[in-house]
Amino acid sequence: MKVGVCLKQVPVSDSRIKIGASGAGIDMAEIKFEINAYDENALEEALKLKDGGKATEVVVLTLGGAGTETMLRDALARGADRAVRLDDPSFAGADSLGVAKALAAVVQSEGLGLVLCGRHAMDDDNAQVPAMVAELLGWAQATVVSQLELGAGSFKAWRAAGGGVRDIVEGSLPAVISADKGLNTPRSANLKGIMAAKKKAITVLSADKVGVGNLGASAVVKLTNFGLPPARPTGKVLRGEPAAMVKELVSLLRNEAKVI
Amino acid sequence: MASGILVLCEHEAGAPKKTAFELLGKAASLAGGAPVTALLIGATGGGQLGGYGATAVLNVTGGDFTTVNTGSTVAALQAAIAAVQPAVVLAPASLAAKDAFPRLAARIGAGLGTEVTELRAEGGKVIGRRPMYGGKALADVNITSSVALFTVRQNSFPQPTSTGAAAPVSALAVTVSGVDAATKVVGQEKSTNTVVDLTEADRIVSGGRSVKSAEGYDKMIRPLAAALGATPGASRAAVDAGYASHSHQVGQTGKTVNPTLYIAAGISGAIQHLAGMRTSRVIVAINTDADAPIFQVASYGLVGDLFTVCPLLTDELKAALAG
Repeated sequence: MKVGVCLKQVPVSDSRIKIGASGAGIDMAEIKFEINAYDENALEEALKLKDGGKATEVVVLTLGGAGTETMLRDALARGADRAVRLDDPSFAGADSLGVAKALAAVVQSEGLGLVLCGRHAMDDDNAQVPAMVAELLGWAQATVVSQLELGAGSFKAWRAAGGGVRDIVEGSLPAVISADKGLNTPRSANLKGIMAAKKKAITVLSADKVGVGNLGASAVVKLTNFGLPPARPTGKVLRGEPAAMVKELVSLLRNEAKVI
Repeated sequence: MASGILVLCEHEAGAPKKTAFELLGKAASLAGGAPVTALLIGATGGGQLGGYGATAVLNVTGGDFTTVNTGSTVAALQAAIAAVQPAVVLAPASLAAKDAFPRLAARIGAGLGTEVTELRAEGGKVIGRRPMYGGKALADVNITSSVALFTVRQNSFPQPTSTGAAAPVSALAVTVSGVDAATKVVGQEKSTNTVVDLTEADRIVSGGRSVKSAEGYDKMIRPLAAALGATPGASRAAVDAGYASHSHQVGQTGKTVNPTLYIAAGISGAIQHLAGMRTSRVIVAINTDADAPIFQVASYGLVGDLFTVCPLLTDELKAALAG
């Protein structure tokens, strides 16, 4: 079975976010990028399947410019076999459904039997693409998965259900699985892997090659009016003798804030 | 012509959850007189939802709906949308809805705004506003498809009080087949030490690097949380140091939370932590360093050592809440 992993490059998590001119987006000028943390769990799970003989090939996919090749090369160094980068000017402004259409088309043309993604990307925080890819392909899905077992043609996944409960989900392959942090501990690339990665292929596909139309033009979700979160009102700072501060705080929480 | 709002009302064994009232109240104010339909999947009744803004209630029941499965939820929503023809569908940003809604959106070709915290009616459309980059930025979500889907972060809107009105209840028959019927929840596992999931918690007490050890976390943070009926959380520094598990982590690389009360003890306030908790209604910071960034978002700041303050606060709260 060929396994695909969807990767996304996102701003490093301690980035200070600035709004671009006229609120049309984020000012990316000084932003440094890294692989989305949950995508590392997705990649690790695919590599474990390969180590265990359940995956014959691991193909990493991303939609993005040439700047994403550092991330792809790192994934190849960790053990992925090939990378496919979807890149076209018409992808600018694509919404989640557009991105999912492009990815689903490549999943199909690559003949993949399982696709792993991160539970959400830490930039747009949408958590939409994995389930959309599953629906477009008519595949099963399990999202926010922290434990995965594959049988012959089937899967069992433990997914977060809220309230500290995990649902155990069973379904048939092919499937799209989105990874939560607890799924595994991602490996780093070693020197041998880094050397081997230099010889591995990164295929670049345009919209025509992918077989999708103008995803930017067909987007039904448009984001506008970007802004920073409103400043919080200035609070009260208590100092002095701890017991007195604590008494005052409890009184404020009860009588002023009315939260206890 | 699509009009009105359909609200997915989640319930616990038939009793509507708080999010149902919250969303119906908001839907009623957005709808401007157009119908507001409450959808209950796997439960009957719900006429009392009329008191919170519903003008009609739909029940989808049957063997396929006794547990919450992705496919059956999608099938029920798809059928309800076909029956009601709403312009807008609202759901809580629960794990179940965030699992089902993208699949629904792809099926019907609709736009979806994830976890919005604001909604407004403008020019005959409903526009959402949502946090991105883990809460470091916000943007408007404009949806141009004939039906617009939104999941809404819990506690974004006030809880309405019931007017006492009742709404008519009708049943909607839904068949679940094909891929929707193929994947099933076969069981559940309860995690041992989590009181309530952080994202759903109404009160959170988090510890940072200054708790110094797992023992410090267990002796300072957990008792204070227990006194308040709060969920224990942690900063990334505390999790990376092994003082608490990753499931407790609040921030951009952990959970984004929206409680009524958030107490940060010994947390300096790294940008990625602030992003994940800054929308909390009341924030209390306990820190020895009066210049720590956490004080910039705190409603109440206590300049002091958590090892002194936390036990005192635990006792004071126990006494206050008992009386």
